[in-house]
Amino acid sequence: MSRRLPLYARIIAYFGMLLLYVPLLMVLIQSFNANKHGQTWGGFTFDWYLKLFDNTLVQSATLNTIILAVTSTLISTLLGTLLAIGIHRTPWGKKTQAFFDMSINIPVVTPDILMAIALVSVFALFRSFTSVFDPGMLTLTIAHVTFEISFVVLVVLSRLSGIGRDQIEAARDLYASTAGAWFRVIVPQLSTAIVAGALLAFTLSLDDFIISFFVSGPKSTTLPLYIYGSLKRGISPQIHALSTLIFALTLLAMLASTLWSNRKKRNEKRRRTKNSAVI
Amino acid sequence: MQTEVFEGKLTTRKHMRHVGLALTSPGMLWLLVFLLLPTLFLVVMAFAQRGSYGTIDWTFSLDNIKKLLGFSSFGWSADNLVIIWRSLKIAVITTVLCLLIGLPMAFWIGAHKKRTSTLLLALVMVPSCTNLVIRTYAWMLLLGAQMPPSWLARTLGIIGEMESLYPGTFAVYIGMVSCMLPFAVLPLYTSVERLDWGIVEAARDLYAKPLRTFYHGILSQMMPGIVASVVLTLVPTLGMYVISDLLGGAKFILIGNLIQQQFFGTALDWPFGAMLGIVLIVSSVLSLVVFKKTGGKSFV
Repeated sequence: MSRRLPLYARIIAYFGMLLLYVPLLMVLIQSFNANKHGQTWGGFTFDWYLKLFDNTLVQSATLNTIILAVTSTLISTLLGTLLAIGIHRTPWGKKTQAFFDMSINIPVVTPDILMAIALVSVFALFRSFTSVFDPGMLTLTIAHVTFEISFVVLVVLSRLSGIGRDQIEAARDLYASTAGAWFRVIVPQLSTAIVAGALLAFTLSLDDFIISFFVSGPKSTTLPLYIYGSLKRGISPQIHALSTLIFALTLLAMLASTLWSNRKKRNEKRRRTKNSAVI
Repeated sequence: MQTEVFEGKLTTRKHMRHVGLALTSPGMLWLLVFLLLPTLFLVVMAFAQRGSYGTIDWTFSLDNIKKLLGFSSFGWSADNLVIIWRSLKIAVITTVLCLLIGLPMAFWIGAHKKRTSTLLLALVMVPSCTNLVIRTYAWMLLLGAQMPPSWLARTLGIIGEMESLYPGTFAVYIGMVSCMLPFAVLPLYTSVERLDWGIVEAARDLYAKPLRTFYHGILSQMMPGIVASVVLTLVPTLGMYVISDLLGGAKFILIGNLIQQQFFGTALDWPFGAMLGIVLIVSSVLSLVVFKKTGGKSFV
């Protein structure tokens, strides 16, 4: 069989997996280590987790992170989905199409720090007219929505081009109205892509550090910012516990989304076989 | 008015565009105000001056380009060019390392049954969904003086008796590679999945040596994926500042760190920071052009 990998290639692949997972394991182990400085094993403890729940700074940072992620995901999913549908179904000219492509791809292909400094500069410009743009939750939300839109559009757009134009034409041939064809034929198929786009936006928002670092204010600290700050101040093992919890949550969210889309697929298959049985 | 059929309905192009405009305008308006306008503003600001106390003095000149090249009122210094050169070097080496590790990983994932390979790909992507700061911090712990990697390096005589692997250049490379690896593997795996193995068999039938088979039969088919993976690693590495900030120690400065200093640090020179940003824009655009020229279409 031509696909058998030579041994050295497999060793490199394992090494790559090691590079990805060793740091995560390290944090996990340290979060149960009773030794405060973490250089040696001082026994098993849950203390850091318990202390974490009493830490008001962590609580407010968690709250900020969640509010930010939820709000920005909702806005970006709505705007991004509409944008993707508008781009896909309209016979745009070549130049307009290129303009859309460029606007959407900028956040994907430029380093985060670029968007961070562009936003922080333009917020400063806006501030000379109104104090609404003082660094805080609003500027954070705007920044997050801006980089999330592109990812939502890309995910939804790729599903739309996968669905193609035949189905909607068939629906119209069967006397569906435009709205009827869209909502009864396309949107149900699109829903998994929209959810996938929203989940991507949500995780991106939870994880973002660089852009948040530039546009946040003193009262809008998010968890990544809090962790970074405590690294600079000197480390408390509570950070290990916090990081482990965040990682566990991310893993759970990803698992849930995979299971959800799998179940959706299975249901669809079952429905299809049932229909064909009826026929 | 000329009518055409769109989505099985007789209508005009103009009408379709009106509806399209209505659908796209909320999102596009947002991107216009908070993405395109700020980017343009950055370009304009790059040609302004630093005023007193870090304010912006809107007299336009090319001074920031001169400053970028190292000319100042105190004469010429190579500092900025050294930083740019170091950033480029680190970005290129990180990209090459990611390819060298990512290619075997992509083949390894692809060698499994469909279900397992989907799971393995998810396993590769999961770490990239956890916070960058956390992962970088984990390397700070791992590469510390008392940990096995530093101990091993000391015993092998790679580093001195009292030294550790963190902070330093090695730590930065490890951090960068482990951060970028998932993004390198993803497009590579996609092209491994699409490989036409018939070509490989044909090459074998024609008695090609393994290396030639690999080069002409496999690698040439994977070119779009390789280019996508290079772009996805190279561009973010160029602008990275968290990893170099945390793992590199105080003296380890890349373009990203320099930009950050201009905006928040002691330097407080926004226009010069914007000029450094333009360096990043130019390099991203360049790599995108190369990407399109080599036939790349999508990143995943």
